[in-house]
Amino acid sequence: MCGIAGIIHRGKRVNIGNEMTAMLQSMKHRGPDSSGYAVYGLSSPGQLVMRFKVAEQGDLPRGLEIHHQIKQRRAEVDSRIQSLGGQIIAAEEATEYAFRYRIQYAGDLRRLADHIEDVSGAEILSIGHALELIKDLGDANRVCQQYKLNNFFGTHAIGHVRMATESDVDICSAHPFWAYPFKDIALVHNGQLTNYWGKRRDLERRGHRFMSNCDSELIAVYLADKLNGGYSLEDAMKESVEELDGVFTYLVATSDSLGMAKDVMAAKPMVLYESNDCIALASEEVAIRSIFPDEIETFDPYDGEVRVWRN
Amino acid sequence: MAELTKEPDQKQPSYRVGLRSERLAGRTQQIFFSAEDEDNYVYPDSLAIDLAKRAEFDATKMDSRQINLTIGRLMGEGHGTIVVHNPLAKHSLAVGILGRLQLHFEGSLGYFGCGLIDGPNVHIKGRVGWSCAENMLAGTVVIEKNAGSSFGAALRGGDLVCRGDVGGRTGIDMKGGTIIIGGRTGAFSGFMMQRGRLIVLGDAGKNLGDSMYDGIIYVGGKIESLGIDAVPAELTELDVSWLSRKLKTYGLEARKGTENLQKIVAGKRLWNYDNLEPAEKKIVL
Repeated sequence: MCGIAGIIHRGKRVNIGNEMTAMLQSMKHRGPDSSGYAVYGLSSPGQLVMRFKVAEQGDLPRGLEIHHQIKQRRAEVDSRIQSLGGQIIAAEEATEYAFRYRIQYAGDLRRLADHIEDVSGAEILSIGHALELIKDLGDANRVCQQYKLNNFFGTHAIGHVRMATESDVDICSAHPFWAYPFKDIALVHNGQLTNYWGKRRDLERRGHRFMSNCDSELIAVYLADKLNGGYSLEDAMKESVEELDGVFTYLVATSDSLGMAKDVMAAKPMVLYESNDCIALASEEVAIRSIFPDEIETFDPYDGEVRVWRN
Repeated sequence: MAELTKEPDQKQPSYRVGLRSERLAGRTQQIFFSAEDEDNYVYPDSLAIDLAKRAEFDATKMDSRQINLTIGRLMGEGHGTIVVHNPLAKHSLAVGILGRLQLHFEGSLGYFGCGLIDGPNVHIKGRVGWSCAENMLAGTVVIEKNAGSSFGAALRGGDLVCRGDVGGRTGIDMKGGTIIIGGRTGAFSGFMMQRGRLIVLGDAGKNLGDSMYDGIIYVGGKIESLGIDAVPAELTELDVSWLSRKLKTYGLEARKGTENLQKIVAGKRLWNYDNLEPAEKKIVL
């Protein structure tokens, strides 16, 4: 089933980590397998925030060797960043297998990502000036606590609770997905794409990489490909509604925007609240009520609708 | 079975407005369609309630099950008017109420609110999520704000009213009753409609009435497109008079006048459906 949520505040920074946790936790019944966040904090000019992992949570109980491998893999990632001219400003260990680095890097992001992901078990979750992408197994409260998100201030966020149906229960298949190799773009999705393999082959032929077999990843890669071709975010999303087959609702966030798109059948739910200060969207109104308990006006976007808001 | 049915009567009002399947006689069919007979029809274990006996409670810290159990308990104590504060868009509220009750929600409901009800009058001050009043048999549900998709799915009787906009697939698989939308409705509204009436005072999305077997759709605004088997029909005086009465009941009116509503009916007779005896049809539906 899965649940998605998004929120964007206009002209102010709030505890977006707490807000998104409340929204996702209220939709736990839609997906207890994993929870994920793409939160947009304060950007530091000239610096990139990179979130990555070098193992799956599920690898840890499989023996002692993995703990040693994680150390080796992380050291190799450090070495590759430096070999490409990058400088690690700060390194934080969010969990034993997932890390948050602040780096200075002026080169090609795709090259950096490809070099790092060439390390066994390594996957870049996000790179951006403002974006931080966090995802792990369990419900939102657990992930929030694990990654200390309850004090994350920012302008906007998207999130996802996952009920795994067509791919594995692991971090790799959890949402959100980063739109590799574009900084600050992330996506969450609820639905099924029926032309996944055909579209994936097209995109692979165009040089894009896939880290999972999850159809949601395809939308992120699809949008990245369109942006690379000069499309605006909104135009790329409109094109996706025409070209992607199946039933879906997805949210996409950039450094300053939040967008939503709904398939032409409107077969997946989305409830929207819009005010002058804030826009909140979720698969269920109960998620919006978790942060706006007072009576508010909400409505369902219609079939084929694409909307983009800026902060 | 034969005594429950009669030959089609061209003079019968329902037939004259285009409802081929409402040419019925017989006790069970009358109960199904006649609002006047509703008072005589009660479930064996119906609760004896007093509409003047009123109760209120705050649902902020309750889950859906606790809210529904509280409504049931209050009905068991004879309360006929119940006010629920802060429902906070929780799911599956007020489902399966099989008897008379005045129920007020001072806020919004989530998914599947008021499903499978038979008799209560429900008033919702806020919005409702997907599949409100699914399989409703009798009573009224009035929503002051907007509604999600599959509004009144498989509705069998009663009046379901939303003063605002609703999502897609409104009245999908509708088998009776009346749905009234004050604003706009989304794509595939009236999809596979089999009976009843759907009134949309605003615009209707694409594929309106797709694959409808029977029933009538009235639209006040623009229709994006009609679905397969849905065709325009002529609005009769009987339509206008029925619509005027129905809309007045809920304080609604067609912006361009009731006489200017567009009427949509099924354009194709479906052999497997239309050749059924009316009583058989009821069993099938």
